[in-house]
Amino acid sequence: MDNLLKLISKPDNVAIVIMLILITVYTVWAFRQAIANDRRKRLGKHVEGSDDKKLDTWPNLVRIEMLVAMVVIAGLIVWSIVLDAPLEEHSNPSLTPNPAKAPWYFLGLQEMLVYFDPWIAGVIFPILIIFGLMAIPYLDINPKGNGYYTFSERKNAILIFCFGFLVLWILLIVIGVFMRGPGWLWYWPWEEWDHNRVIYKVNVDLTQYFGIDSRSLFGFLIGGSVVILYFGLGMILPYYIWKKRNSDFLKKLGMTRYIILSFLFCAMIGLPIKIILTLTLNMKYIWVTPWFNI
Amino acid sequence: MKNPFTQFRKSIVWKSIFRRDNKDTQRNRARAISGNVFLHFHPVKIRESAIKYKFTWGMGGITFLLFIILFVTGVFLMFYYTPSADQAYWDVKDLEYQVPFGMFLRNLHRWSAHLMVITVMIHMFRVFMTGSYKPPRQFNWVIGVVLLLLTLLLSFTGYLTPWDQLGFWAITVGTNMAAAAPFIGFEGPFSEQIGITVYNDIRFALLGGSTVGQSALLRAYVWHCIGLPLIALIFMFYHFWRVRKDGGISGPNINNTGIN
Repeated sequence: MDNLLKLISKPDNVAIVIMLILITVYTVWAFRQAIANDRRKRLGKHVEGSDDKKLDTWPNLVRIEMLVAMVVIAGLIVWSIVLDAPLEEHSNPSLTPNPAKAPWYFLGLQEMLVYFDPWIAGVIFPILIIFGLMAIPYLDINPKGNGYYTFSERKNAILIFCFGFLVLWILLIVIGVFMRGPGWLWYWPWEEWDHNRVIYKVNVDLTQYFGIDSRSLFGFLIGGSVVILYFGLGMILPYYIWKKRNSDFLKKLGMTRYIILSFLFCAMIGLPIKIILTLTLNMKYIWVTPWFNI
Repeated sequence: MKNPFTQFRKSIVWKSIFRRDNKDTQRNRARAISGNVFLHFHPVKIRESAIKYKFTWGMGGITFLLFIILFVTGVFLMFYYTPSADQAYWDVKDLEYQVPFGMFLRNLHRWSAHLMVITVMIHMFRVFMTGSYKPPRQFNWVIGVVLLLLTLLLSFTGYLTPWDQLGFWAITVGTNMAAAAPFIGFEGPFSEQIGITVYNDIRFALLGGSTVGQSALLRAYVWHCIGLPLIALIFMFYHFWRVRKDGGISGPNINNTGIN
């Protein structure tokens, strides 16, 4: 328990605790407003804000802005008086701390290093995240739910986004901050860090489960086909099913959008799949090539 | 005796600054916004629900406020700081033990920075949950993603400046990821085939060397204090201007969705 207190009272980690509280509060608040609006709809009423009057910005809005600014500044002053920013030892290139952690908001990416090689976790995934975020307005063609909280009108969009934001981003950061100790080994927050702890684990590549050397040509071909099949089926099957059902959604979406959307979705779901495979089967690589490994 | 402040507000000096009397009229309320260089980023009139805290959570505004706080505290910190590998750490130590309110200044800068990353994320979450990225606001969402990235980069470059173990290794870990980039990082796939080494890859360009040293500190410092804030400011004002041009803060609109 001592360790838990030490961990959450570490000055930089206090920010993470504050983040967790804020994210929880605002997530609950968003969904409560969404559910309230959905109920209004069911009862045949307009969503909140539909029959809005226009008010003078001065003083109505400016007053609230002033208040919020004062609260934030007061909070920051208290925070800065109570808690000192840490300053560790003088930098020393010959003394690597264990664990060496990236800034907290990149710990989700560093956590991915457990499951993927750096070129995927540190380069490809960040690029896909940024590109994917930017693409959201162009991929989400659902015209409903524009400018008000709702869940029932855009279930899929909200579920996918919340999974990405709350689980793949926030949760991985929390794991990186609180659950990773020396050697990037898993420690529960109340566990004492043990610098001599070693875990004996045999990492197995996918094809080795079937007795095929993953570095052989045969292993290379099998691994490659599994990756290509995952993306291929993940992208083609839904298309085929929707097409067969003569889906309206698919027609409106169009081919270009469908390809980008399904690719991003498969890449995103690929992360938890690999996490589960690594945790349950000690899987190291699915596809081993002389140039890169997945 | 008359209140001196009321007297002052009737004086020609006051009128020369604000160019209006202070009667509470419709016209004066409008001029308080449109006649003020800072406030005129706001519309003169605004929808009732856009004002309510529960709709916007004020997260975009708080983020901008934090940027201003970081700007001001950052300028003061620059007075006491030398971006040199020999000097930087001891300057921060001096700031903590010698400079009046130096520790407070540094705390304010650091905690505001952490908070800004958090509020940017919550702002993005709110905009998503209200569907505010939908037409006609698609492109402003894209600008928002750029601003999110700039916020992270600003924080990241600032991490190195105290030149302590925490910053040094966080930057080492962070930039090592860049070394793994395909083609352009020396440890990444296919880089060997096209002659990329530790001395000419993307990490070298970021650090100004093959390890985190003096050049890396100077680069982080210049990006942190000049390059990135300037770029962020440009994007920010475009972001705010776009909010207005896209019809103000989003809300349920019969013309927008055709369903309400």
